[in-house]
Amino acid sequence: MALTGKNKERAQRAGMGLGVALVLGWCLLPVVWIVSLSFKSQAAVTNGSPGFLPADGGGAGFDNYRQVLQDGDFLLAIRNSAVVSLSATILSVAIATLAAYAIARLEFKGKKFVLTTALVIAMFPVVSLVGPLFDMWRTVGLYDTWYGLIIPYISFTLPLAIWTLSAFFREIPWEMEQAAQVDGATAWQAFRKVIVPLAAPGVFTAAILTFFFAWNDFVFGISLTSTENARPIPAALSFFVGADPFNRPASLLAAGAVVATVPIVVLVLFFQRKIVAGLTAGAVKG
Amino acid sequence: MSTATKPPTAPKPAKKARPPKAVESQRSRAETNLARKLVAPAIVLMLLVTAFPMLRALYLSLFSYSLTAPDDREFVGLSNYVTALSDKLFWQDTGNTVLIMLVTVFFELVIGFAFALVMHRLIFARGVVRTSILIPYGVITVVSGFAWQFAFSNNNGFVNGWLPFIGDDFNWFAQYDSSMIAIMASEIWKTTPFMSLLLLAGLAQISEDMIEAAKVDGATWFQRLFKVILPNMRGAIMVAVLFRALDAYRIFDNIFVMTAGANGTESISFLTYRQVVEQFQLGIGSALSVLLFLSVLVVAFVIVKVFRVNLADARQES
Repeated sequence: MALTGKNKERAQRAGMGLGVALVLGWCLLPVVWIVSLSFKSQAAVTNGSPGFLPADGGGAGFDNYRQVLQDGDFLLAIRNSAVVSLSATILSVAIATLAAYAIARLEFKGKKFVLTTALVIAMFPVVSLVGPLFDMWRTVGLYDTWYGLIIPYISFTLPLAIWTLSAFFREIPWEMEQAAQVDGATAWQAFRKVIVPLAAPGVFTAAILTFFFAWNDFVFGISLTSTENARPIPAALSFFVGADPFNRPASLLAAGAVVATVPIVVLVLFFQRKIVAGLTAGAVKG
Repeated sequence: MSTATKPPTAPKPAKKARPPKAVESQRSRAETNLARKLVAPAIVLMLLVTAFPMLRALYLSLFSYSLTAPDDREFVGLSNYVTALSDKLFWQDTGNTVLIMLVTVFFELVIGFAFALVMHRLIFARGVVRTSILIPYGVITVVSGFAWQFAFSNNNGFVNGWLPFIGDDFNWFAQYDSSMIAIMASEIWKTTPFMSLLLLAGLAQISEDMIEAAKVDGATWFQRLFKVILPNMRGAIMVAVLFRALDAYRIFDNIFVMTAGANGTESISFLTYRQVVEQFQLGIGSALSVLLFLSVLVVAFVIVKVFRVNLADARQES
């Protein structure tokens, strides 16, 4: 009661500012930290430098980055991750689009079965498939190949893609397609000019989320590959020991981690709105 | 496959009695056929990569089967399960996994809800906050594991220097308790934003009128939070808790990177991985896979049950 209207508003604003600062600090601190680490010199880091900023640890400029980008295995891992994640994303979203269209627009028996299967798979503990897949892939020759990763990635991203897409497709006013046909458009024209532009944002969102999953995966990446032939970047980073196996080159590893994270963070920055919509639509409305 | 192509034969004769309905059912049958064709690839792939391997795991779990000596494969019945369930390590790892799940989901729920409240009421810097909140979600788990491992390191980290009550040379990864804290910290950091986004969506669905009405009736902020906002968000909270708990239960990446299971910090996923990929023990590994799958089902069941009970309680109260 002691607060007058103006003071109360000011206090609220200050509280809000504090809240925002906390959220931003939470989200960015470890990111700033690993970037900072990547600019420290390796010698300073091994000798012990508890400081936060590169200045405390002896700045190394872009040396670590130069070294990482000259590392053949690292570049191969980036290539593997890119090929595998992109292929899985394209295929998964294509297959999910068909299924989600059927779920959102058609009435059919077995709809519940599809959605339940997807939900169960989304909850599935990934590791419990590693054993059987490890064994099967070795028998059929998919072990340590791109396909050996693409197939499980598609299967495991399908639930997310199906749920997100069917939530999006349910919002599309499908009558507009008929309206266009009444106005003289052919069925194909009506589909292409009306429905595709309306569905594209949803498909795109599902693609980004799928790509996230595939790029982030570690369990399959580490269990179903054994060489740089197919090993994706998270697995490669975890095996990265440098010259001295007892002293992991922290700053070098940090540079590698930053390089591996940049594509994802760029995606986040560009498509923030879509990602939020997709994450919450799939989970809450589904 | 069979569900996708099986023609619906049984209901046909019954519906032929009334001609207008027969036309309708023909159309719906065509729709069902089209739908099944569209859904088939997704279902086939999902079942092929999960259901089939899982059945194979069930089968292999009945054998003593090591990849290093594949010719010695031998049917042993349930003895792999007996071995696993009577091993102290199995229960220790399950305990770790449950502990990690309970602690991380609790903190994620509390902090995530606080973040959601901030974002919900935000008037300025909306875009910046919403973009930043997605960054932990986007960072590869392995990378966040490294970031936190180095942060907690007594050699080149900053945590010891920033925490006043902890000595600069304290080694977080030398014993169980502090190793677990470090692992959980990285897990909580990474997934709290996801939780807060789900809760934010739940918050957005609560009508402002209801909150205003409570305000007019003289309800304090806490009363509004516990009597109006939280009961109305139960659905969103349940979804968020269920998703996160199941995700936390299969924790692997963080532990692999940060401690590699040292000092008894192994999770049940890690144990399974180790048996299969490092030791080539496919028999016992398959038994562990089946147990892991069953325990995830139990966790899901418990969460759904717990929230139902709460719902009933809430109804009795009001």
